Amino acid sequence: MKVLVAVKRVVDYNVKIRVKADKTGVDLANVKMSMNPFDEIAVEEGLRLREAGVATEVVAMSVGPQAAQETLRTALAMGADRGILVKTDETVEPLGVAKLMKAVAEEEKPDLIIVGKQAIDDDSNQTGQMLAALLGWSQGTFASEVNLDGGTAKVTREVDGGLQTIELKMPAVVTTDLRLNEPRYASLPNIMKAKKKPIDEKTPEDLGVDISPRLKTLKVEEPAKREAGVRVESVAELVDKLKNEAGVI
Amino acid sequence: MTVLVLADHDNKALGAATLNAVTAATELGGDVHVLVAGNGCAAVADEAAKVAGVAKVLLAEDAMYADALAENMAALIVSLADSYDVILAAATTSGKNILPRVAALLDVAQISEIVEVVSPDTFVRPIYAGNAMATVQSSDAKKVITVRSTNFAAAAATGGSASVEAASAAADTGLSTFVGAELSKSERPELTSAKIVISGGRGMQSGDNFHLLEKVADKLGAAVGASRAAVDAGFVPNDYQVGQTGKVVAPQLYIAVGISGAIQHLAGMKDSKVIVAINKDEEAPIFQVADYGLVADLFKALPELDEALG
Ligand SMILES: Cc1cc2nc3c(=O)[nH]c(=O)nc-3n(C[C@H](O)[C@H](O)[C@H](O)COP(=O)(O)OP(=O)(O)OC[C@H]3O[C@@H](n4cnc5c(N)ncnc54)[C@H](O)[C@@H]3O)c2cc1C
Repeated sequence: MKVLVAVKRVVDYNVKIRVKADKTGVDLANVKMSMNPFDEIAVEEGLRLREAGVATEVVAMSVGPQAAQETLRTALAMGADRGILVKTDETVEPLGVAKLMKAVAEEEKPDLIIVGKQAIDDDSNQTGQMLAALLGWSQGTFASEVNLDGGTAKVTREVDGGLQTIELKMPAVVTTDLRLNEPRYASLPNIMKAKKKPIDEKTPEDLGVDISPRLKTLKVEEPAKREAGVRVESVAELVDKLKNEAGVI
Repeated sequence: MTVLVLADHDNKALGAATLNAVTAATELGGDVHVLVAGNGCAAVADEAAKVAGVAKVLLAEDAMYADALAENMAALIVSLADSYDVILAAATTSGKNILPRVAALLDVAQISEIVEVVSPDTFVRPIYAGNAMATVQSSDAKKVITVRSTNFAAAAATGGSASVEAASAAADTGLSTFVGAELSKSERPELTSAKIVISGGRGMQSGDNFHLLEKVADKLGAAVGASRAAVDAGFVPNDYQVGQTGKVVAPQLYIAVGISGAIQHLAGMKDSKVIVAINKDEEAPIFQVADYGLVADLFKALPELDEALG
């Protein structure tokens, strides 16, 4: 069984981003970039399936500029078998990424595709669902547990009311939530080994996919800033302020 | 223009966030229709028909819609899509699960978690955990949108008198089946619509200690939330998580206890009207957004607060 995972190069979650003065976007110059945290969880889940003898191969793909190779190398250093980079300098919207992934899936024929539930840069939370739709496959979003059994995947999902468990017909697309697993760190020997693993490069044109955007970003602005308020010295003072100053209790 | 709003419900009652979604739909202009798809959910359709601003309710009842599984729900919505210019849902886990699937089947972009309707084709949405606000214009003829409910007032639950029409089910995709659910039971208000929320973080040290928060919550009529660290540590269930990748709340009063204030947590609560932080570390970043900050040991402060509230 083959597992395809997708990884995105994004601004590291610890970085406090800045909006560009001309309001055209977010300043990404000299900012630390990392693998989207939910995608680390996706890679880890694929690796665990391989280690459990359920999967035989874990292929990692990324859509992005040349630098996204580094993100693929991280996936390979974690343990993925090989990489596919769909190279483009354009900003690709989730629909475009889903179409590119569909094209790769048609070549690779995976039984399971695992992607992060959302990328922490655009916060869209769409790609996995869109990919499942385009392939006509089942989807298990926001997964906190995945169990494969014969031709089905049992997925426990984190939903607003708690947890929901569903059974998916395979092949399927799963999107990861935070509690699915704790991703491993790549060890130094594995980082060295990853340098020799193959990364295949393609372009959207090679795959025959139109990635032209449907949305135009007119401007990007800072959110309204919240000012720090006051310190209170005691619980009594806090309760008094909440009652008599803020009027919220 | 006609907008189709996908109702959130549990086959018994209309989910609160649907009222906020209706308001967003109204701001787009044109007629607002609501789709109630489920099983044995006629009462929900009647409830939706009373919501102010709703012109028509479509009721699709079938066993395959009972648990709102994405594959069949998306197929149903796509079968109705010809009559609509916009398909919209609240950005609940259900809306987030179903609508991107609809968008892809219609070959359009989804505009996720809008916080403002600028014009019928232009919207504001947060990116980077709400540290930037993007104004985006859609060139798709049909639009698929999810709505951040805390940024739109709830439509009045009564006052409307829409007709309820039956919608026929779409073919069963047979792709997924419901196995079970483990839903958190609580007498407290729902996190995303509560007027007061009190959340605990890693500083709470254990799930047992959350009873200190719960006692205060019950005196205030508050909902209880948590940081990711508290959920990851197993103190409380996943549905308590407030933040970039959990629930977004904007109550009148948010009390953060033993929470440091990481950007991912702030993303889910910084639009609250009044923020209180209780933390023993006076350098904790949460104080930078708090209207009232109390530097204290929570194990001393919470019993005192419980006491002071009588
Ligand atoms: C992809 C991704 C998504 C994420 N999504 C979310 C999200 O949606 N929501 C979220 O909350 N986080 C999220 N996080 C995690 C976030 O980055 C922080 O790690 C998390 O919010 C920290 O939780 P905390 O404040 O409870 O814990 P800590 O940062 O460990 O803070 C604990 C605080 O408790 C205080 N404290 C300890 N003991 C006491 C005491 N006795 N009395 C008073 N104060 C005390 C400490 O001073 C400290 O400030 C996400 C992270 C990633 C990478």
